[in-house]
Amino acid sequence: MMLKTCFVCLITTFTLLTSNSLIADELSAFDEMSGQLNIAGGTAHIPVMKKAARQIMGHNPSIRITIAGGGSGVGVQQVAKGLVNIGNSGRALKNKEMGLGLNSYAFAIDGVAVIIHPDNRVDDLSQQQIIEIYQGKITNWQEVGGQDRQIHLFSRDEASGTRSVFSKRLLKGAQLAENANIVPSNGAMKTAISQDVGAIGYSSVGYIDEMVKAPTYNQIKPSQAACASGEYPVVRRLYMNTKGVPSGLTQAFIDYIYSPEGAKHIQASGYIPLDAKL
Amino acid sequence: MQSFNYTLKQNTWMQGLLVTLVVVSGLLLLSVFCFLIWFSLPVFLTETSAVFKLKWQPEQGHFGILAMVFGTLSLALISTSFAFVIAIGLNSFCLLSRRRWLVAILQSLLKFMAGIPTVVYGLAALFLLLPLLRNILQLGSGYSLFAAVCMLILLILPVICVMLDNITTPLWQQHALGAQALGFSPEQTYLQIILPHCKVNICGAALLGFNRAIGDTMLPLMLAGNATQLPSGVFDAIRSLTAHIALVIATDQGGEAYNSLFAAGMLLLMCSAFICLLSRYLVGRNRLVQPA
Repeated sequence: MMLKTCFVCLITTFTLLTSNSLIADELSAFDEMSGQLNIAGGTAHIPVMKKAARQIMGHNPSIRITIAGGGSGVGVQQVAKGLVNIGNSGRALKNKEMGLGLNSYAFAIDGVAVIIHPDNRVDDLSQQQIIEIYQGKITNWQEVGGQDRQIHLFSRDEASGTRSVFSKRLLKGAQLAENANIVPSNGAMKTAISQDVGAIGYSSVGYIDEMVKAPTYNQIKPSQAACASGEYPVVRRLYMNTKGVPSGLTQAFIDYIYSPEGAKHIQASGYIPLDAKL
Repeated sequence: MQSFNYTLKQNTWMQGLLVTLVVVSGLLLLSVFCFLIWFSLPVFLTETSAVFKLKWQPEQGHFGILAMVFGTLSLALISTSFAFVIAIGLNSFCLLSRRRWLVAILQSLLKFMAGIPTVVYGLAALFLLLPLLRNILQLGSGYSLFAAVCMLILLILPVICVMLDNITTPLWQQHALGAQALGFSPEQTYLQIILPHCKVNICGAALLGFNRAIGDTMLPLMLAGNATQLPSGVFDAIRSLTAHIALVIATDQGGEAYNSLFAAGMLLLMCSAFICLLSRYLVGRNRLVQPA
């Protein structure tokens, strides 16, 4: 049924890798536990979940944690149906989803930024320029100070939390040009942009590396620090959602994400940890 | 005598088991169809005004899938017609060529191609075909109807070729000698005798290829760009119905975007069923006389 889930396909069951890791205090909560914990949803969350899962399973091999992708919509749907223990979303629950009896735990802040090919000479784009590019009014890089080259638009599908943040906060709801190419995941976006000098797209700040370039936005560099201070405005929270009040292994996992060691995993994945459970 | 009775008894028992299995699997299949139709029919009937429009802009409240219907049809029609012509060429080569070793290689290659997962074609095109279109030929971003068509041809070519082969090889063995005796050249035999004799079956083969092209998801999703527009040329991005379903499946349940999936699924199902029945009918009506 979930073709998209297959495509984003990050279903990974981890074998224990670091069985000789140091026994941290945070991990002692898992000492007496066993069983399986299933996680699915937002793709931006996966690096954090993976790091946490590796530590926990290394500490106690009788715990199995599976992590799947699929996008924010899938995460919310599956946790509401009871198919997974934790459903991740890169946006707050929508009004329609509020009635599903879910508890949301925001644990990190993530920015969404425009990305272009590293060879593109453009270094700064204003909000107005980005809006006009995505509306299809500006069609050549020359008009924003680049080479004489056609602009190729890339966007995400409607299920994407990244898209909804980008569309609301950056495009201010402006209508997307019809000829924009649609890619189904953060990874596919990065592949498309890194291969095409004329391309423009957007992704989670945590995904930006040397493969793509993020031009400054109104002269602000979309970095972790700028997201944390609020200087860079296109940010969102990353959530874990559970059906009802979590217990047992699910509860312990959420507590672990909020622990100092969890914060380290969040930072190492390129996001800013949130301390308090919200 | 006793042992004979025993086998007979065992046979009826086996037959009973087989019949039961056939009935059960048939019923399962039927129920799948019924469920699909049951779920999609209400959407299909009540939301026609919302769904059968050109514009797809969910943020603005437009949920039309006609651009996707057009994308699917153009994708399938173009790729099937090219694949069909190539398949006829390959088929004639296989029958007429004196280099049997080349034919053997070609045929095993085609059979091998039939088993390649589409995602592999997609990946190869992503790193070979698209940069060629984009950087060397300067044809937009490369994600286009053209790119998807190129790879779909590879996908459906083995289907059509193997079917053509199955139809024409026995005919060739039957008629080649007689035609030669009447003074036909091999080429004439192929064009004047073999092809006209099984034209209906050839149509069936083409329809099967067409069906495969309509149903494929991975190649259009990866290569066609998924833009919800009516293309103005083959180098424009399009979105197919299958890719549309794959992209939208994860949105919230019950919304209008979600409902459009049922309409898309229903259209695909009806299209496939119709083509299947048509090709069955054509092939069944003109069943070839097999050589004794």
